[in-house]
This record gives sequence, structure tokens and C-alpha cells, in this order.
Amino acid sequence: MNENNVLKVNSLTVGYTWKPVLWEIDFEIPQGKIVGVVGPNGAGKSTLLKSVMGVVPVTNGSVGIFGQPLDEVRKRVSYVPQRESVDWDFPASVFDVVMMGRYGRLGLLSRPRKADKEVVLDCLEKVGMADFAKRQISQLSGGQQQRVFIARALAQQADLYLLDEPFAGVDAATEETIIRLLRKMSEENKTLVVVHHDLQSVKKYFDWVIMLNVDLVAYGPTETVFTEENIKKTYGGKLTFLSDDGNMIADLYTIQEK
Amino acid sequence: MISFWIILTGALVAVSAGLLGCFLVLRRMSMVGDAISHAVLPGIVIAFLISGNREPLTVLIGAGILGLLTTFIIEYLHKKAKVQGDAAIGVTYTFLFAIGIILLSLFAGQVDIDQDCVLYGEIAYVPIDTIITASGVNLGPKPVYLLGGLLVVILLFIVVFYKQLSLTAFDPGFASAIGISTVIWHYLLMGLVSVTTVVSFQSVGAILIINFLIGPPSIAYLLTGSLKRMLIYTVIIGTLIAFFGYHIAAYLNVSIAGCMAVTTGIIFVISFFYTHYNTRVRKKDLVMNKTSQPVETI
Amino acid sequence: MMQVLIDFFSFSDPNIRYVVLGSMLLAASSAIVGVFIVLKKKALIGDAVSHSVLPGICAAFLFAGSKNIPLMIVGAFISGWLAIVMIDFITRHSKIKKDAAISIILTVFFGLGIVMLTYIQHNGYASQSGLESFIFGNAAALIGNDVIVFSVIAVVLVVIVIAFFKEFTLMAFDEPYAKTLGLPVSRLELLLTTLTVLAVVTGITAVGVVLMAAMLITPAAAARFWSDNIRKIVVISACFGAFSGLAGAFISYMAPAMPTGPWMVVASSCIAFFSFFFAPGRGSVSLWWRKRQHITDLNRRVG
Repeated sequence: MNENNVLKVNSLTVGYTWKPVLWEIDFEIPQGKIVGVVGPNGAGKSTLLKSVMGVVPVTNGSVGIFGQPLDEVRKRVSYVPQRESVDWDFPASVFDVVMMGRYGRLGLLSRPRKADKEVVLDCLEKVGMADFAKRQISQLSGGQQQRVFIARALAQQADLYLLDEPFAGVDAATEETIIRLLRKMSEENKTLVVVHHDLQSVKKYFDWVIMLNVDLVAYGPTETVFTEENIKKTYGGKLTFLSDDGNMIADLYTIQEK
Repeated sequence: MISFWIILTGALVAVSAGLLGCFLVLRRMSMVGDAISHAVLPGIVIAFLISGNREPLTVLIGAGILGLLTTFIIEYLHKKAKVQGDAAIGVTYTFLFAIGIILLSLFAGQVDIDQDCVLYGEIAYVPIDTIITASGVNLGPKPVYLLGGLLVVILLFIVVFYKQLSLTAFDPGFASAIGISTVIWHYLLMGLVSVTTVVSFQSVGAILIINFLIGPPSIAYLLTGSLKRMLIYTVIIGTLIAFFGYHIAAYLNVSIAGCMAVTTGIIFVISFFYTHYNTRVRKKDLVMNKTSQPVETI
Repeated sequence: MMQVLIDFFSFSDPNIRYVVLGSMLLAASSAIVGVFIVLKKKALIGDAVSHSVLPGICAAFLFAGSKNIPLMIVGAFISGWLAIVMIDFITRHSKIKKDAAISIILTVFFGLGIVMLTYIQHNGYASQSGLESFIFGNAAALIGNDVIVFSVIAVVLVVIVIAFFKEFTLMAFDEPYAKTLGLPVSRLELLLTTLTVLAVVTGITAVGVVLMAAMLITPAAAARFWSDNIRKIVVISACFGAFSGLAGAFISYMAPAMPTGPWMVVASSCIAFFSFFFAPGRGSVSLWWRKRQHITDLNRRVG
């Protein structure tokens, strides 16, 4: 296996009783890329991230991270779940939540030390939430919540980051902050896999793209892979293309997801 | 003959509670049903105190009011006071039930219920409480007629309002979108649950009524995907439970209501493993070959 | 009445001391564990566990031939534990949802317990009244030895909660994420479950099986309304629990024939309802008042 590959997935199949959610997915991602995962609702995008992270059991197939199984390299992988997967009315402060990202390194019975606190504050700084450290998470806007989640992931100081719909329902300023941060991380040779819902921004944001609809439709560099034909295959051909190539994406009918 | 009346009473309770329980299970409101069955206790005790014992109508009204009150309090705490859902249920019903027990202790002499009865009822005494007409004909136990009447009401309710009930159970969002008030049906359903609880009270007690409310519907839910069939299975399973539960209890000389609960457990276990095994077989199928098409898009 | 109050609170009678201390410890430790249960939205599992310990207690009684507290605690523990495992199993391996699974296990186990109880009653076992006090609780029956046992259990509970505080908090907030960090989520879950069953098993001696759930849920639900900091919530919950324990002990002293459970629940619930409405910050009345002030302010500024 190519040592440069951060994430390699083989024949990954995930399903419930009789309905497959992911079917025989094969791909490899090199280091330092920002990868977008796109597909219609129910295509298995979230499930892909969750099965890589071991949150959802794998029915068949294998996942290799930095050439090893997940359990060996947990410290190098970080997961940002969807914002609504959590009840934000929980009695915790922004600082508390970001500190949770350090728990993997802390071990079970130990207390956070000064170094950990500094990492937390630094990560809050990176997402522009340093002033909100003491704020209750119930008082945050959607965009702020998303930033807290990302700061938590940063606090893990990982090399591979999996983010589930980080741009969903956030304000423009937050979206700017996040993509700028992701690009900086990519320059530092971190790898980012991002589940994304807005086809219009795919070319702008992602070097690579994975196109999914239970099956893997295509993956690879965005310029070569994100074509009209592949988009049609992924979304079942029910899109209307209003102009021909070149400005295609700009005029694309944006998929409204539930 | 006595056993016939007892089994009939049990079956009537099982079917009445079970039919309503189908909708509770589908709407994931089993615990609210549980709460109501506990919370009606103070209402029953007060009604007994006021009416001087065993006056069915007052008891029904009193407890029915309390059942609706419980539902209202839970809704209010959850929606308006922002108390977390299951905590709202827990706090409310334990409070009301505690008050009921305190009232029972305080007025022990004046009320014809004891703590054991609260727990598991005295269905064995049902055949004694009979209706005798002016001409001296023994028509059978009063509770049976009460329960029979209740069952008729429930059947009518379900048949007449089937569309609304099933819609609010499966897709409350859509239901309110087309103008069906989920709130009204919620309260109507809970109101009937309250009444059923109260009427069944002396037969199976407060805590074991939940067994009939949730048990047969859950077993039916495992066995079928159709609401209509679920309702039918519930009736059959409920009756079976009443029948076998009684006989086992008679044999062992133990609580009849308790045995009915255990019987429910046994039938549940059997059904569970049957469907579980079926599912396992299907999952193996999945890995061997793709058994369905990709998800429909847009 | 005055004399009774004075007699009670002088704590000169060692029995009173035992009963008060025992009740307060029980209630406080349940309240602490309850915070995590409520935050995880698993409040009614506490209810299921409480009802489900009955067959275990009865089995122990049958096995020993008479009331044997340590054995009954073990029986209760096994029974409660089994119930939780089964609820989880049912939810995970069938389409039955959590709420229905809880209800089913609750009634089947409790029904089994009642069957055993009536079996014991009808077969003339002499000392069964001790058994019945488990249903609605009888704090007055607490003696010196019991208090020692409960103190130990309470200390163990508190120590474990403090030791694993950050893990329990994270799991209540975002369990899938905890898993991705590599935390031993299932084992931590097991630990919390064990603590819950332990709290229930000791609590039922004072509160009884039927109302035990309230000891887990009510103080925690109330405490949530007084703070947004989980550490403070745990402390406040413990205090509320301890207070209801005290109230229960007092009633038990005044009227030994009455079961204590309901009184502890009533005391706890009153605190809860007060909190829901009048707690500054989150209480409904406080919020309504502030909204009114806000509108008045606005009007003044505009007008």
C-alpha cells in the first residue's frame, strides 16, 4: 500500500437488515488534500465517516488509516459530527466542550494540565471563539456551535480530520472562517475529509472529491472527476443543466436537502 | 364458572388496553401510558372517599380527570417549562402516585383499597361483585359489564377515527400540515387510557395494567408491519395471555395479574427470538448479494 | 408538634441519627448518579431498574428462607442488572423502541416479583413483612449496621463519580464522539449502569421499589434549573436529595406506620416544581417576568 495514502478503504459495505447503505466502496486518499464527499440524501455520506471512525459497525470490507487499523492510530484521527447530533442545551461551557478533545490523550483518571488548557485556548483562537470560552453552549448561534465543534477536533492535534456537514446552516462569516482554516491545515499537510451538501461550492473548496450514492460513483481530483456525467450518475439524472460546460456549476440547480 | 368470569375480565382488560396501547407504542408514548396508570391513584382514592366506595361513575370521572391532568402537566412541563421529556414524565407521575399512597395510608379505614390491591389488583374477587336484577337473575359480575361497555366505546373510537389515529401515529408532521390537530387526538387517546386504567384498576392494579397496555401491542409490532394486523394480533395475544395467565396462577396459587405479566414475557421472548432469527438470515443475504437498489434520488 | 420537632432535631436518640443519616446518604447518592441519567435522557431506565429488582429480592428471600439483607441486596443487584442488559438487547436487536422495551421489562420483571411475593405470602413464610417494606420503603427500619453499609456505598459512588467525572460528562453530551476518541465507552457505560443499580438497590430500603425512580430523576431535574455548570448541578442535586431524605426520616419518626417513600418523593417533588417555576434564570416565572421587564423597557425607550 502506498505509504503516502492517509485513508484507504477496501470493499467497504455497511448495511442494516436488508438495505445496504454503502456497497463495496474502494478508494484511497493521499495526504494533505481537502476531500469533499457528495451525494444525495441517504447516499451514505455520514455513514461513510461513521464507519471509518468505528461509530457504526462495518458489515464487510476494511479500512486502513496511515496503513493501520483505526485502533492503532486513534490519536491521529479526529471526527466532527453533525451539529444536530448533540443537545446544545447541555450544561457545559465552550471551554468544557473543546477540552473534551484532549480526553483521548489524557487517559481515564487524569485531570487536564496547564498544557492542555493552553491547547484549548489556542484552538479557540484559531476558530475565532477565544472571547467565548466561558459562554454556555446553549447561548451560541449555529455558526458558533460549529466553530466550537471544530475547535474540539483541533484540540486533538490529529493528522486526519473527518467532518460531517460543517457548512450546513452556518452564516457566511463562519463559512469563510472554516474554509480558510481547512486550507491552512491542508498546507500543514493535514488531510481533511468533508461531507458536503452544496454542489455549487465543490469546485471552490475541494481538491479531491468522492461521489457517492450507496455505490461509489467516482473519486479523485475534482477537475477530472467532478464532471456533468458523474454528477448525473450520482444524483440519478434528475438534475437540469441550464447551460453547458464552463459555467455549468454556477448555473447548477442546487440540491435542497431535508 | 368463576374462572370463566375471571378470564373474561382479564381478556376484556387486555383487549381494551391493548388496542389503545398500539397507538401508544407507535407514537413512542409507552411511558406516558405508564405514567397515567400510576397517576390516577389519588383520583381513585379521592373518588372513593367522596362517593363512599365502589361507585363506578364518580371514580371514573375523578380518575379520568386526573389522567387528563397528568397529561396536561407533563405537556406543560415539557413544552413550556422546558423540563426534559422523560424527566417531566418521571417527576409528575411519581409525585401523583406518592400522594395517592399517602392518602391511602391516611384514610386506610375509610377506603376500600389496600396497598396490595393497588399493586396487583384482586381479579379473583371480580366474580363476587355481581349484578342481580329485580327478578333475582344473576347477570354476572359488574366489572365485566363495565369493561364490556368500555371495550365497545374503544372499538367505536378506533373504527370511527381510524384515519386520524393512524395518521397522527405515523406522521404527526403531515397530520398537522393537513389540519388534523395532533393535540386533540393526543388528549383523547390519553383520556381513554385513563378511563381504561381506572376501570381495570380493581382487576389488575395500577402497575400491571401497563403490561396489557404495552405488552401485546409490542409483540404484535414485532410480528407485523401493518397497523390493522397489529391491532388484530393484539386482541388475540391479549386473550391468550388472560387465558394462560389465569391457569398458571391458579395452579401455583399466586397473583393472577402477576402471572399474566409473566405470560406476556414468555410470549414476548418467543416472538423476539423468532423475528431476531429471521433478521439474521436476511442480513447474511445482504453480504452475499446486494438485495436492493440504490436509494431513490431527489 | 413542637416537642416532636425538638426531639427529632436534637438527634439525641441514636436511632434517629441512624435513620436520618442513612436516608440522607441514600437520597444524596441516588441524586448524584441521577444527574447523569437525566442528562443522558435515560431517566426512565431508573424507573425500570427500580421495579425490576423485586424478583431478585424475592428470590433471595426464598433462597435464604427468611429476610437476609446482604443476600437480598445481591439478588436485587443481579435482577436490576439483568433488566438493563435486556432492555439494551431488545432495543438493539429488534424494531422495538426504547420506551416500549423499558415498559415491557418493567412489568414482566415486576410481575414476576409479584408472583414470587404472593407465593411467599400464600405459603406462610413468617417474616415476610420485611419483604413488603421494600415496596414502598420504610426508613424507620434502618439500623446502625445498615447505615454503615449505606455510608460505604455512598462514598464509593461519590468517589467513582468524581474519578470518572469528565468521562461521564462527555458520554452524556456526545457518546459517538467519545467512542472516536478511543474511550472505552461500553465499559464506562457498564460502570454507570452498575452505579445506578447500586444506588437503586440501597435506595429502595427507604423509598421502596415503586417510587425509587423519583430519587434518581427528581432532584437532578430540579438542580438543572439552578445552574448551567454540570459540577454545580451535581452538588445541588445531592443537596436536594439529602433534604428529601431528611424529610422522609422525619415523617417516619412522626408516624412509624406510614411508608417513608411517598413522603420523600413529595418533598423532592415540591422542590422540583418550585425550581421549574421560580428558579432565577431558567424558571418559567422568572423568564416570564424578565420578558415583561424587557417589553416594558422597550416601550419606555420607544415611547
